[in-house]
Amino acid sequence: MTTANQNANLANSERYRNNFLKEVEANVEEGHMVKMCMQCGVCAGSCPLGNAWEHSPQKIFMMIRAGKRDEVLGSDSMFMCTSCYNCMVRCPRQLPITHIMHGLANYAHRLGLAPKGQPTREFATLFWNNAIKKGRVNELTLTLRHYFRGGLVSGIKEALGMQSIGLGLFLAKRLNPMEIFGGHGVKDLKGFHAIIAKAKEIEDRKKGFSA
Amino acid sequence: MAKKEYAFYPGCSSQLKASASNYLVSTNSMCKSLDIKLTEIPDWNCCGASVGYCEGGELPRIAINARNFAQAETHLPGQDIVATCAACWLSARESKERLDGSAQLLKETNEALAAAGLHYDGGANVRHMVEVLIEDFGYDGLKAPMKKSLEGIKFAGYVGCQTNRPFGIVGESFENPLYLDKMVETFGGEALTGYDQKVTCCGGALAFSEPEKSQKQIRDIVESAYDAGAEMIVTPCPLCQANVEVYQSEINKKQGTKFNMPVLYYSQLMTIAYGGSAKDAGLNGQLIRAEKLEKIAGK
Repeated sequence: MTTANQNANLANSERYRNNFLKEVEANVEEGHMVKMCMQCGVCAGSCPLGNAWEHSPQKIFMMIRAGKRDEVLGSDSMFMCTSCYNCMVRCPRQLPITHIMHGLANYAHRLGLAPKGQPTREFATLFWNNAIKKGRVNELTLTLRHYFRGGLVSGIKEALGMQSIGLGLFLAKRLNPMEIFGGHGVKDLKGFHAIIAKAKEIEDRKKGFSA
Repeated sequence: MAKKEYAFYPGCSSQLKASASNYLVSTNSMCKSLDIKLTEIPDWNCCGASVGYCEGGELPRIAINARNFAQAETHLPGQDIVATCAACWLSARESKERLDGSAQLLKETNEALAAAGLHYDGGANVRHMVEVLIEDFGYDGLKAPMKKSLEGIKFAGYVGCQTNRPFGIVGESFENPLYLDKMVETFGGEALTGYDQKVTCCGGALAFSEPEKSQKQIRDIVESAYDAGAEMIVTPCPLCQANVEVYQSEINKKQGTKFNMPVLYYSQLMTIAYGGSAKDAGLNGQLIRAEKLEKIAGK
């Protein structure tokens, strides 16, 4: 956890003391809708990864209202979201559940409270950084960085395991080894990065992340 | 002049030699037959996709989508933005709805865009290619340029998640959307309406980060296609296509199955039905060859 994260975490937990719902409403994407949940459990039964998480969206929403800050922000459940939107279209109270789960994941990640080493948390970070580096995703470097995330030895093992698939995609002209030298990107990279920097600055200021 | 013109948002996976390059090849062929002119949004960028939320947050994600809208508004005024990728469409349309619904968010987004000298007015519509086909052409309109029937091939129409939820195609249900089956039937193929994993999630980006969980989903999707008697799976989503096709060999290796089910895009079916060659349809881009379709193409 970086010092900036720690400071934001301490400041926000102090500011909203005993009212985690208010904290979520103010800082989490679509968090103002959490209080609409009526605890019916349709979301829990609709999730394709239902047997993989500890807390269903239904539980997470009740835990937010019960002030279980550490448990919610330390849960790995939000990172099990595949963005299939099944919970969201079935919710009888029309909560944007997928967005709230994404928002909670982002908030927990930014505060440094999300589970360390959680694979989707790591992959998601890798993905965003890869996409914004040149403005378009470089599938080759994204894949390689993902395989080699645990070091050289495990990386070689994992990459070799996927060798035949990689070769197949290459032969089908769906993978380009030359992407290692750069690949596709936007032309106005300076402008693209300036937009992201400005947007991040505005968001950080609102959510108490700026120093 | 072309019958219809759109501002095209191909997305990262559709680029030359990327994982869905065969989607782009077949889309271009299909559009040629329908007299659709697609003009790429100049200098478009990534939408942030489904896993962008974790590191990207809310405003940066919406701002990069608005950059594409601003580019389209400036350079291709009056044209609807059309995406072929499910995630591109979803991220873009979601961003647009948020921006349309909040003056505050629009103000902040324009503040960010101003850093690159851009501005978004809220003009352009964001649509998926399937919406364009069904709403602007209709099944009869799509049938008009047909030269060959796909008769004799049994298709499992795998709609997946993101072209179906949360927006979907107007008039379709989330639980049992029928448009893909209707498209298959339009071109003479047999649509297997008993295919019960039609709207199951393939695991999305978790195919990378949590392969075991995702491969359980993929196994269900492929197995159910076999159970329904399918010879091919057809889908509108590039991530569905890649996950469901690419990992079959992995599942075979780990679980002793013998999956070898081709997974096609609707645009590939249509290209063949419009008399295009296997190459026009990007069939050389399949890891699991669609031999029956190749045979029709060669006739």
